[in-house]
Amino acid sequence: MAAPQNQPVLRFAVQRLLGAIPTLLVLIALAFFLIRLAPGGPFDSEKQLPPEIETKLRAAYNLDDPLPMQLGRYLLNIAQGDFGPSFQYRDFTVSELIATGFPVSLRLGSLAMAIALLLGITAGTLAALRQNRPADYTIMGAAMTGISIPNFVLAPLLVLVFAVWLGWLPAGGLGDGSLRYLVLPVIALALPQVAYIARLTRGSMIEVLRSPFIRTARAQGLATHTIILRHALKPALLPVVSYLGPALAAIITGSVVVEQIFGVPGLGRFFVQGALNRDYTLVMGVVVFYGSLIIALNFIVDLVYGWLDPRLRQV
Amino acid sequence: MNRPAEIVAPPGRSLWSDAWRVLRRNRAAMTALLLLATMTLLVIVGPWLSAFSFDATDWDRISEPPSLASGHWFGTDALGRDLFVRTLYGGRISLLVGAVATAVSLLIGISYGAIAGYVGGRVDQVMMRIVDILYALPFMFLVILLMVLFGRNIVLIFFAIGAINWLDMARIVRGQAMSLRSKEYVEAARAGGVRTGRIIFRHIVPNLLGVVIVYATLTVPQVILVESFLSFLGLGVQEPMTSWGALVNEGAQELENAPWMLLFPATWLALTLFCFNFVGDGLRDALDPRDRQG
Repeated sequence: MAAPQNQPVLRFAVQRLLGAIPTLLVLIALAFFLIRLAPGGPFDSEKQLPPEIETKLRAAYNLDDPLPMQLGRYLLNIAQGDFGPSFQYRDFTVSELIATGFPVSLRLGSLAMAIALLLGITAGTLAALRQNRPADYTIMGAAMTGISIPNFVLAPLLVLVFAVWLGWLPAGGLGDGSLRYLVLPVIALALPQVAYIARLTRGSMIEVLRSPFIRTARAQGLATHTIILRHALKPALLPVVSYLGPALAAIITGSVVVEQIFGVPGLGRFFVQGALNRDYTLVMGVVVFYGSLIIALNFIVDLVYGWLDPRLRQV
Repeated sequence: MNRPAEIVAPPGRSLWSDAWRVLRRNRAAMTALLLLATMTLLVIVGPWLSAFSFDATDWDRISEPPSLASGHWFGTDALGRDLFVRTLYGGRISLLVGAVATAVSLLIGISYGAIAGYVGGRVDQVMMRIVDILYALPFMFLVILLMVLFGRNIVLIFFAIGAINWLDMARIVRGQAMSLRSKEYVEAARAGGVRTGRIIFRHIVPNLLGVVIVYATLTVPQVILVESFLSFLGLGVQEPMTSWGALVNEGAQELENAPWMLLFPATWLALTLFCFNFVGDGLRDALDPRDRQG
């Protein structure tokens, strides 16, 4: 294919965007049909509804139309930002619930991501500089431990140590909204990612440090920190950037349990509550919302990657 | 080609004997392997040997801390059930999920990847495009959806988790299959008129085993993690059955009164994941020819 020489970046972006759209559609269709295929309905409850009321309810939510029509209507609605009313929280629309919960989750998630990147890259670089020496083994051992301890184990352990035994930090809730309440949830969310990022950084940093241009820089007598910051870091971070997509997905998924454990009123908690109560529209809304978010952020990560590594844009 | 008969071939160094030699020198991986074997044995045999059953209540000892004297080595839970047996029993479920779901993901991933890689061309493009699309889906959310919708039964857990974990395997296998496609022995098979399906499963797949084993070892902990995650949220294994995730959840709720309920299952879970990761890393070093020296 003859790529127009003048706008490779734009072409790259459009191509990636065209890749993201089918993913989104598959996600929505999959979630939609899964829910409609499931046994049991949103109006099943201990109390048997009178049949005429149930008929009216079904009609009100258009549950008796053919499935493709329901899907079409749903797609049209979400294109306008309307996820429908929540079955469980009768007075709220799903969009309102998302608007309530997401800012909390966003705060938690972006703090965790920032810490994961900062700590992970620093630790990985230090380990690479001390390759096969005690510092390296210590950092990598810690990282392996971090990878092996999932969020939902780490979180109660943190509560046990820092809230129950030491009493330094609150065990849950958001309290007055101060940072104190976010410390434990953010750590629980960030640590496994710190571990992954440290391992990735170490691996690629070791490779970069062996390359000729670094040797040249050394031979010219540049200080180590100048070499790392000015020359080695950018190429060494490529694998970390490509891991950002999965990291984001992991943090979003992790936020579901972490919010549950710490009683943080974020979107993840709505999701679990909705899941346990068969709240069709709420579960769908959150899956689609988080799915689109992940797909959109992946798109941005792709662009950043293309910017960092010009070789990719040629394809 | 027509080599004199008296030349004796040097003793063969197969991939496997080489790999075993490298692995045996890796002390961390060997320790992890040994630990895993011990834990697996305990988990299988332990519940039969113990005096307690995983679901029987000891009315005199409810929420009792661990003690050697009472025979409840890990203590008891809020219902007076012996935590040692429950931890072992939960381990059975967790390890079983790890094994079965990994097998499912291997089956799908290897077949899919090998077909895409060997057939190539348009078929490959379409198949890999599908993988790309699936790759970007938030899987944990879809599994939760599945569990909520179709009931929380254990067979579904096996297959649902396996069915979503095959994408990595498919990609890796495809890459390998593509490079194997042009090997002489495959060309020979093709020239000899062997059918495509037979070439894929007789000649391509067996030569992929090295990579497959490495990634299977790394898939097991991921799968165990997914199951624990579900069980933790209450969407996985249901009472009175249990798994490490479910036990950690129970422990998390009794943090202040009975911290041992969290600590023991959490340690076993983390230790298992830790060991699998170490073995996987060791195997990668042993089986990845790129790093081979000498």
